[in-house]
Amino acid sequence: MNKVINNVTEAVQGIEDNMTLMLGGFGLCGIPENSIAELVKTGIKGLTCISNNAGVDDFGLGLLLQNKQIKKMISSYVGENDEFERQMLSGELEVDLIPQGSLAERCRAGGAGIPAFFTPAGYGTEVAEGKEVRVFNGKPHVLESALHADFAIVKAWKGDTDGNLVFKATARNFNPMMAMAGKITIAEVEELLPAGELDPNEIHTPGIFVQRIFQGARFEKRIEQRTTRTK
Amino acid sequence: MALDKKGIAQRIAQELRDGWYVNLGIGIPTLVANYIPEGIEVEFQSENGVLGMGPFPFEGEEDADLINAGKQTITTMKGASFFDSATSFAMIRGQHVQLTVLGAMEVSENGDIANWKIPGKMVKGMGGAMDLVASADNIIVAMMHSNRAGVSKLLKDCSLPLTGVACVKKVVTDLAVLEIKEGAFHLVERAPGVSVEEIKSKTEGSLIINGEVPEMSL
Repeated sequence: MNKVINNVTEAVQGIEDNMTLMLGGFGLCGIPENSIAELVKTGIKGLTCISNNAGVDDFGLGLLLQNKQIKKMISSYVGENDEFERQMLSGELEVDLIPQGSLAERCRAGGAGIPAFFTPAGYGTEVAEGKEVRVFNGKPHVLESALHADFAIVKAWKGDTDGNLVFKATARNFNPMMAMAGKITIAEVEELLPAGELDPNEIHTPGIFVQRIFQGARFEKRIEQRTTRTK
Repeated sequence: MALDKKGIAQRIAQELRDGWYVNLGIGIPTLVANYIPEGIEVEFQSENGVLGMGPFPFEGEEDADLINAGKQTITTMKGASFFDSATSFAMIRGQHVQLTVLGAMEVSENGDIANWKIPGKMVKGMGGAMDLVASADNIIVAMMHSNRAGVSKLLKDCSLPLTGVACVKKVVTDLAVLEIKEGAFHLVERAPGVSVEEIKSKTEGSLIINGEVPEMSL
Protein backbone atom coordinates (compact mmCIF):
# COMPACT_ATOMS: atom_id res chain seq x y z
CA MET A 1 0.00 0.00 0.00
CA ASN A 2 1.53 3.25 -1.05
CA LYS A 3 1.89 5.72 1.85
CA VAL A 4 4.12 8.20 0.08
CA ILE A 5 3.33 11.89 0.18
CA ASN A 6 5.20 14.56 -1.73
CA ASN A 7 6.70 16.76 0.91
CA VAL A 8 6.67 18.02 4.47
CA THR A 9 3.85 20.48 3.78
CA GLU A 10 1.54 17.61 2.85
CA ALA A 11 2.88 15.61 5.77
CA VAL A 12 1.57 17.97 8.43
CA GLN A 13 -1.79 18.62 6.74
CA GLY A 14 -4.65 18.14 9.15
CA ILE A 15 -2.68 19.11 12.22
CA GLU A 16 -4.74 21.79 13.92
CA ASP A 17 -4.69 24.01 16.98
CA ASN A 18 -5.03 22.21 20.35
CA MET A 19 -4.20 18.76 19.00
CA THR A 20 -2.01 16.20 20.77
CA LEU A 21 1.19 15.18 19.01
CA MET A 22 3.78 12.54 19.75
CA LEU A 23 7.27 13.34 18.52
CA GLY A 24 10.01 10.72 18.46
CA GLY A 25 13.58 11.29 19.55
CA PHE A 26 15.85 11.26 22.57
CA GLY A 27 17.58 14.57 23.04
CA LEU A 28 18.19 15.75 19.48
CA CYS A 29 18.85 12.18 18.33
CA GLY A 30 16.21 10.75 16.00
CA ILE A 31 13.88 13.77 16.03
CA PRO A 32 11.64 14.55 13.04
CA GLU A 33 13.42 17.82 12.36
CA ASN A 34 11.83 18.54 8.97
CA SER A 35 8.30 18.20 10.34
CA ILE A 36 9.11 20.32 13.39
CA ALA A 37 10.45 23.10 11.16
CA GLU A 38 7.23 22.91 9.10
CA LEU A 39 5.06 23.10 12.24
CA VAL A 40 6.91 26.28 13.19
CA LYS A 41 5.98 27.74 9.78
CA THR A 42 2.29 26.86 10.15
CA GLY A 43 2.02 28.70 13.46
CA ILE A 44 -0.44 26.09 14.80
CA LYS A 45 -0.97 26.77 18.51
CA GLY A 46 -2.13 25.19 21.74
CA LEU A 47 -0.35 21.91 21.05
CA THR A 48 0.10 19.15 23.59
CA CYS A 49 3.42 17.52 22.75
CA ILE A 50 4.44 14.11 24.01
CA SER A 51 8.19 13.76 23.60
CA ASN A 52 10.93 12.51 25.89
CA ASN A 53 12.74 15.85 25.74
CA ALA A 54 11.94 19.38 24.67
CA GLY A 55 14.87 20.03 22.36
CA VAL A 56 17.35 22.82 23.01
CA ASP A 57 16.61 26.55 22.80
CA ASP A 58 17.22 26.83 19.06
CA PHE A 59 16.62 23.32 17.74
CA GLY A 60 14.06 20.56 17.88
CA LEU A 61 10.95 21.19 19.97
CA GLY A 62 12.71 24.24 21.41
CA LEU A 63 11.71 26.04 18.21
CA LEU A 64 8.00 25.42 18.88
CA LEU A 65 8.48 26.53 22.48
CA GLN A 66 10.19 29.77 21.45
CA ASN A 67 7.22 30.40 19.19
CA LYS A 68 4.77 29.74 22.06
CA GLN A 69 3.00 27.04 20.04
CA ILE A 70 3.05 24.47 22.83
CA LYS A 71 0.46 24.57 25.60
CA LYS A 72 1.51 21.39 27.36
CA MET A 73 4.52 19.10 27.33
CA ILE A 74 4.53 15.48 28.44
CA SER A 75 8.19 14.52 28.87
CA SER A 76 10.67 12.81 31.13
CA TYR A 77 13.70 15.11 30.97
CA VAL A 78 13.84 18.74 29.92
CA GLY A 79 17.14 19.84 31.41
CA GLU A 80 18.74 21.09 28.22
CA ASN A 81 16.25 23.82 27.47
CA ASP A 82 16.39 27.17 29.31
CA GLU A 83 13.28 28.58 27.63
CA PHE A 84 11.37 25.47 28.68
CA GLU A 85 12.44 25.91 32.30
CA ARG A 86 11.50 29.59 32.18
CA GLN A 87 8.02 28.94 30.71
CA MET A 88 7.41 26.12 33.17
CA LEU A 89 8.50 27.99 36.30
CA SER A 90 6.46 31.05 35.23
CA GLY A 91 3.40 28.85 34.66
CA GLU A 92 3.02 29.70 30.94
CA LEU A 93 3.59 26.08 30.03
CA GLU A 94 1.80 23.09 31.49
CA VAL A 95 4.19 20.24 32.10
CA ASP A 96 3.63 16.62 32.96
CA LEU A 97 6.95 15.00 33.83
CA ILE A 98 6.81 11.22 33.87
CA PRO A 99 9.45 8.52 34.26
CA GLN A 100 11.12 7.65 30.97
CA GLY A 101 10.25 3.97 31.11
CA SER A 102 6.63 4.75 31.95
CA LEU A 103 6.52 7.22 29.06
CA ALA A 104 7.81 4.58 26.65
CA GLU A 105 5.41 1.95 27.94
CA ARG A 106 2.44 4.33 27.95
CA CYS A 107 3.05 5.05 24.26
CA ARG A 108 3.49 1.35 23.53
CA ALA A 109 0.31 0.55 25.47
CA GLY A 110 -1.59 3.21 23.51
CA GLY A 111 -0.60 1.58 20.25
CA ALA A 112 -1.09 -1.96 21.52
CA GLY A 113 -4.65 -1.62 22.81
CA ILE A 114 -3.71 -1.86 26.47
CA PRO A 115 -5.54 0.89 28.39
CA ALA A 116 -3.37 0.84 31.50
CA PHE A 117 -0.69 -1.13 33.31
CA PHE A 118 1.04 -1.30 36.70
CA THR A 119 4.68 -0.30 37.12
CA PRO A 120 6.88 0.07 40.21
CA ALA A 121 8.35 3.33 38.84
CA GLY A 122 7.39 6.41 40.79
CA TYR A 123 5.80 4.65 43.77
CA GLY A 124 6.07 6.86 46.86
CA THR A 125 6.90 9.96 44.78
CA GLU A 126 4.79 12.85 43.52
CA VAL A 127 4.44 11.01 40.21
CA ALA A 128 2.14 8.51 41.93
CA GLU A 129 -0.12 11.13 43.53
CA GLY A 130 -3.78 10.42 42.76
CA LYS A 131 -2.99 7.14 41.03
CA GLU A 132 -4.15 3.69 42.08
CA VAL A 133 -1.50 1.63 43.86
CA ARG A 134 -1.64 -2.14 44.05
CA VAL A 135 0.75 -4.66 45.56
CA PHE A 136 2.05 -7.49 43.38
CA ASN A 137 4.56 -10.01 44.76
CA GLY A 138 4.90 -7.91 47.88
CA LYS A 139 5.88 -4.77 45.99
CA PRO A 140 3.71 -1.67 45.42
CA HIS A 141 2.99 -0.67 41.83
CA VAL A 142 1.38 2.43 40.31
CA LEU A 143 -1.37 2.33 37.68
CA GLU A 144 -0.33 4.21 34.54
CA SER A 145 -2.63 4.80 31.59
CA ALA A 146 -1.97 4.54 27.87
CA LEU A 147 -1.12 7.61 25.81
CA HIS A 148 -2.65 8.41 22.44
CA ALA A 149 -2.03 11.15 19.90
CA ASP A 150 -3.92 12.75 17.01
CA PHE A 151 -0.66 12.61 15.10
CA ALA A 152 2.59 10.79 15.83
CA ILE A 153 5.61 12.16 14.00
CA VAL A 154 8.62 9.87 13.81
CA LYS A 155 11.99 9.89 12.13
CA ALA A 156 13.62 6.83 10.58
CA TRP A 157 16.85 6.14 8.75
CA LYS A 158 15.32 4.17 5.87
CA GLY A 159 11.75 3.64 4.88
CA ASP A 160 9.88 2.17 1.94
CA THR A 161 6.80 3.22 0.02
CA ASP A 162 4.71 0.80 2.12
CA GLY A 163 5.69 2.67 5.28
CA ASN A 164 8.08 0.05 6.65
CA LEU A 165 10.81 1.66 8.76
CA VAL A 166 14.38 0.94 9.79
CA PHE A 167 16.06 3.09 12.41
CA LYS A 168 19.75 3.71 12.94
CA ALA A 169 21.62 3.13 16.20
CA THR A 170 20.21 5.05 19.18
CA ALA A 171 18.06 7.23 16.91
CA ARG A 172 15.45 4.48 17.30
CA ASN A 173 14.51 5.33 20.93
CA PHE A 174 10.82 6.37 21.21
CA ASN A 175 10.07 6.31 17.48
CA PRO A 176 8.71 2.74 17.19
CA MET A 177 6.27 3.07 20.11
CA MET A 178 5.06 6.47 19.02
CA ALA A 179 4.53 5.21 15.49
CA MET A 180 2.13 2.67 16.99
CA ALA A 181 0.21 5.18 19.09
CA GLY A 182 -0.71 7.88 16.57
CA LYS A 183 -4.16 8.00 14.97
CA ILE A 184 -2.17 9.21 11.99
CA THR A 185 1.54 8.50 11.94
CA ILE A 186 3.88 10.57 9.82
CA ALA A 187 7.32 9.15 9.13
CA GLU A 188 10.12 11.31 7.79
CA VAL A 189 13.04 9.27 6.53
CA GLU A 190 16.55 9.95 5.34
CA GLU A 191 16.21 7.51 2.49
CA LEU A 192 12.93 6.45 0.88
CA LEU A 193 13.06 3.21 -1.08
CA PRO A 194 10.60 1.31 -3.29
CA ALA A 195 8.68 -1.45 -1.49
CA GLY A 196 10.71 -4.65 -1.66
CA GLU A 197 14.08 -2.97 -1.23
CA LEU A 198 14.15 -3.42 2.55
CA ASP A 199 14.76 -6.91 3.90
CA PRO A 200 11.54 -7.96 5.72
CA ASN A 201 13.74 -9.62 8.37
CA GLU A 202 15.25 -6.31 9.30
CA ILE A 203 12.25 -4.01 9.51
CA HIS A 204 11.81 -2.38 12.93
CA THR A 205 8.41 -0.78 12.42
CA PRO A 206 5.96 -2.53 10.06
CA GLY A 207 4.17 -0.26 7.62
CA ILE A 208 0.77 -0.93 9.20
CA PHE A 209 1.64 1.69 11.82
CA VAL A 210 2.55 4.38 9.27
CA GLN A 211 0.01 6.41 7.27
CA ARG A 212 2.28 8.99 5.63
CA ILE A 213 5.91 8.71 4.61
CA PHE A 214 8.28 11.17 2.93
CA GLN A 215 11.97 11.74 2.48
CA GLY A 216 13.16 14.72 4.50
CA ALA A 217 14.68 17.49 2.39
CA ARG A 218 17.58 18.07 4.76
CA PHE A 219 18.81 16.60 8.02
CA GLU A 220 21.08 18.72 10.17
CA LYS A 221 21.31 16.00 12.86
CA ARG A 222 22.77 18.35 15.41
CA ILE A 223 24.96 16.83 18.13
CA GLU A 224 24.10 17.98 21.64
CA GLN A 225 27.24 16.88 23.51
CA ARG A 226 30.18 16.29 21.22
CA THR A 227 32.49 14.12 23.31
CA THR A 228 35.68 12.60 21.89
CA ARG A 229 38.91 10.98 23.00
CA THR A 230 42.38 11.56 21.60
CA LYS A 231 44.30 8.94 19.62
CA MET B 1 42.25 12.57 52.29
CA ALA B 2 38.80 12.69 50.78
CA LEU B 3 38.48 11.07 47.37
CA ASP B 4 37.94 13.06 44.20
CA LYS B 5 35.24 12.04 41.71
CA LYS B 6 37.65 9.67 39.97
CA GLY B 7 38.41 8.01 43.29
CA ILE B 8 34.72 7.44 43.96
CA ALA B 9 34.35 5.88 40.52
CA GLN B 10 37.43 3.73 41.09
CA ARG B 11 36.01 2.41 44.37
CA ILE B 12 32.62 1.64 42.79
CA ALA B 13 34.35 -0.23 39.98
CA GLN B 14 35.50 -2.76 42.59
CA GLU B 15 31.83 -3.75 42.99
CA LEU B 16 31.62 -4.95 39.35
CA ARG B 17 31.40 -8.69 38.78
CA ASP B 18 32.16 -10.73 35.70
CA GLY B 19 29.22 -11.11 33.34
CA TRP B 20 27.17 -8.23 34.70
CA TYR B 21 25.08 -5.81 32.67
CA VAL B 22 25.45 -2.38 34.24
CA ASN B 23 23.63 0.92 33.86
CA LEU B 24 25.70 4.00 34.69
CA GLY B 25 24.03 7.34 35.34
CA ILE B 26 25.27 10.77 34.32
CA GLY B 27 28.22 12.38 36.15
CA ILE B 28 30.48 10.40 38.52
CA PRO B 29 28.84 7.05 37.57
CA THR B 30 29.95 7.48 33.95
CA LEU B 31 33.58 7.47 35.14
CA VAL B 32 33.20 3.94 36.55
CA ALA B 33 33.67 2.59 33.02
CA ASN B 34 37.30 3.79 33.14
CA TYR B 35 38.22 1.48 36.04
CA ILE B 36 36.90 -1.99 35.15
CA PRO B 37 39.08 -4.46 37.11
CA GLU B 38 41.41 -6.79 35.18
CA GLY B 39 39.90 -10.05 34.03
CA ILE B 40 36.31 -8.91 34.35
CA GLU B 41 33.87 -8.53 31.49
CA VAL B 42 30.87 -6.25 31.92
CA GLU B 43 28.51 -4.69 29.39
CA PHE B 44 27.17 -1.18 29.81
CA GLN B 45 23.54 -0.39 29.09
CA SER B 46 22.43 3.11 28.27
CA GLU B 47 18.69 3.53 28.66
CA ASN B 48 18.25 5.49 25.44
CA GLY B 49 18.74 2.19 23.66
CA VAL B 50 22.19 0.60 23.55
CA LEU B 51 23.80 -2.37 25.21
CA GLY B 52 27.55 -2.71 24.85
CA MET B 53 28.42 0.96 25.03
CA GLY B 54 32.05 1.78 24.29
CA PRO B 55 34.29 4.80 24.89
CA PHE B 56 33.92 8.24 23.29
CA PRO B 57 34.74 8.27 19.56
CA PHE B 58 37.95 9.69 18.14
CA GLU B 59 37.63 13.24 16.88
CA GLY B 60 36.01 13.27 13.44
CA GLU B 61 34.27 9.92 14.04
CA GLU B 62 31.30 11.24 16.03
CA ASP B 63 27.90 9.94 14.89
CA ALA B 64 24.85 12.07 15.69
CA ASP B 65 22.76 8.88 15.74
CA LEU B 66 24.91 7.22 18.40
CA ILE B 67 24.70 8.79 21.84
CA ASN B 68 24.36 7.76 25.49
CA ALA B 69 21.70 8.80 28.00
CA GLY B 70 23.75 11.93 28.75
CA LYS B 71 23.42 12.88 25.04
CA GLN B 72 27.17 12.41 24.60
CA THR B 73 28.58 10.88 21.42
CA ILE B 74 29.79 7.32 22.05
CA THR B 75 30.95 4.17 20.28
CA THR B 76 29.90 0.56 20.64
CA MET B 77 31.83 -2.57 21.63
CA LYS B 78 31.80 -5.88 19.76
CA GLY B 79 28.51 -7.64 20.44
CA ALA B 80 26.58 -4.41 21.02
CA SER B 81 22.89 -4.09 20.24
CA PHE B 82 20.37 -1.28 19.75
CA PHE B 83 16.73 -1.30 20.78
CA ASP B 84 13.76 0.97 21.37
CA SER B 85 12.93 2.71 24.66
CA ALA B 86 10.21 0.22 25.67
CA THR B 87 12.63 -2.69 25.28
CA SER B 88 15.29 -0.74 27.13
CA PHE B 89 13.06 -0.27 30.16
CA ALA B 90 11.89 -3.87 29.94
CA MET B 91 15.54 -4.74 30.59
CA ILE B 92 15.55 -2.40 33.57
CA ARG B 93 12.09 -3.13 35.03
CA GLY B 94 12.45 -6.83 34.31
CA GLN B 95 15.66 -6.86 36.38
CA HIS B 96 17.90 -8.06 33.59
CA VAL B 97 20.42 -5.35 34.50
CA GLN B 98 22.51 -6.43 37.49
CA LEU B 99 23.79 -3.09 38.74
CA THR B 100 22.66 0.52 38.57
CA VAL B 101 25.00 3.32 39.59
CA LEU B 102 23.55 6.80 39.85
CA GLY B 103 24.12 10.18 41.45
CA ALA B 104 21.91 11.81 44.08
CA MET B 105 21.24 15.11 45.77
CA GLU B 106 20.05 13.38 48.96
CA VAL B 107 19.82 9.85 50.36
CA SER B 108 17.99 8.95 53.57
CA GLU B 109 18.79 6.36 56.22
CA ASN B 110 15.98 4.11 54.98
CA GLY B 111 17.27 4.18 51.41
CA ASP B 112 15.08 6.91 49.90
CA ILE B 113 16.72 8.90 47.14
CA ALA B 114 16.10 12.40 45.75
CA ASN B 115 17.84 13.50 42.58
CA TRP B 116 15.44 15.11 40.10
CA LYS B 117 13.92 18.32 41.34
CA ILE B 118 14.46 21.35 43.55
CA PRO B 119 11.00 22.95 43.87
CA GLY B 120 10.83 26.45 42.44
CA LYS B 121 14.47 26.38 41.34
CA MET B 122 15.47 23.50 39.20
CA VAL B 123 13.21 21.13 37.34
CA LYS B 124 15.00 18.99 34.84
CA GLY B 125 12.90 15.89 35.12
CA MET B 126 13.58 12.39 36.33
CA GLY B 127 14.48 10.83 32.99
CA GLY B 128 14.95 7.12 33.60
CA ALA B 129 15.96 7.47 37.25
CA MET B 130 12.57 6.56 38.75
CA ASP B 131 12.29 3.41 36.66
CA LEU B 132 15.87 2.47 37.53
CA VAL B 133 15.60 2.91 41.29
CA ALA B 134 12.16 1.29 41.54
CA SER B 135 13.27 -1.84 39.72
CA ALA B 136 16.95 -2.51 40.23
CA ASP B 137 17.94 -4.94 42.98
CA ASN B 138 21.41 -3.57 43.25
CA ILE B 139 21.69 0.21 43.37
CA ILE B 140 24.82 2.10 44.30
CA VAL B 141 24.68 5.85 44.75
CA ALA B 142 27.80 7.80 43.86
CA MET B 143 27.93 11.27 45.37
CA MET B 144 29.81 13.72 47.56
CA HIS B 145 29.15 13.28 51.26
CA SER B 146 28.11 16.95 51.68
CA ASN B 147 26.74 19.51 49.24
CA ARG B 148 28.60 22.67 48.20
CA ALA B 149 27.24 24.52 51.25
CA GLY B 150 28.76 21.83 53.48
CA VAL B 151 25.39 20.28 54.40
CA SER B 152 25.24 16.49 54.73
CA LYS B 153 23.56 14.61 51.87
CA LEU B 154 23.09 11.49 54.04
CA LEU B 155 19.96 12.39 55.95
CA LYS B 156 17.32 11.08 58.34
CA ASP B 157 14.69 12.10 55.78
CA CYS B 158 15.10 13.57 52.31
CA SER B 159 13.92 17.17 52.10
CA LEU B 160 13.62 17.21 48.29
CA PRO B 161 10.93 15.45 46.21
CA LEU B 162 11.75 11.75 46.10
CA THR B 163 12.88 9.73 43.12
CA GLY B 164 12.29 6.42 44.91
CA VAL B 165 11.62 4.99 48.35
CA ALA B 166 13.67 2.47 50.34
CA CYS B 167 15.70 1.43 47.31
CA VAL B 168 19.33 2.44 47.85
CA LYS B 169 21.47 -0.29 49.41
CA LYS B 170 24.93 1.21 49.13
CA VAL B 171 26.44 4.70 48.96
CA VAL B 172 29.99 5.53 47.96
CA THR B 173 31.03 9.10 48.76
CA ASP B 174 34.29 11.03 48.82
CA LEU B 175 34.62 10.02 52.49
CA ALA B 176 33.18 6.54 52.89
CA VAL B 177 31.44 3.39 51.72
CA LEU B 178 28.15 2.90 53.55
CA GLU B 179 25.52 0.20 53.43
CA ILE B 180 21.89 1.01 54.16
CA LYS B 181 19.95 -1.52 56.20
CA GLU B 182 17.46 -1.55 59.06
CA GLY B 183 16.92 2.18 58.79
CA ALA B 184 20.53 3.29 59.20
CA PHE B 185 23.78 3.96 57.37
CA HIS B 186 26.38 1.33 58.27
CA LEU B 187 29.95 2.50 57.84
CA VAL B 188 31.83 -0.14 55.85
CA GLU B 189 35.00 1.62 54.74
CA ARG B 190 36.55 5.07 55.03
CA ALA B 191 38.53 6.94 52.39
CA PRO B 192 42.29 6.82 52.95
CA GLY B 193 43.22 9.12 55.83
CA VAL B 194 39.62 10.13 56.64
CA SER B 195 38.69 9.65 60.30
CA VAL B 196 35.54 8.00 61.61
CA GLU B 197 34.89 11.25 63.52
CA GLU B 198 34.86 13.29 60.32
CA ILE B 199 32.39 10.86 58.71
CA LYS B 200 30.23 10.96 61.84
CA SER B 201 30.17 14.74 61.88
CA LYS B 202 29.19 14.89 58.21
CA THR B 203 26.42 12.28 58.34
CA GLU B 204 23.08 13.63 59.51
CA GLY B 205 21.23 10.30 59.40
CA SER B 206 21.77 7.45 61.87
CA LEU B 207 25.25 6.02 61.47
CA ILE B 208 26.20 2.59 62.79
CA ILE B 209 29.88 1.92 63.37
CA ASN B 210 30.89 -1.63 64.20
CA GLY B 211 34.42 -2.00 65.53
CA GLU B 212 37.44 -1.02 63.50
CA VAL B 213 36.48 0.53 60.11
CA PRO B 214 38.99 -0.37 57.40
CA GLU B 215 40.37 2.08 54.86
CA MET B 216 39.45 1.61 51.21
CA SER B 217 42.15 0.10 49.06
CA LEU B 218 42.29 1.72 45.64
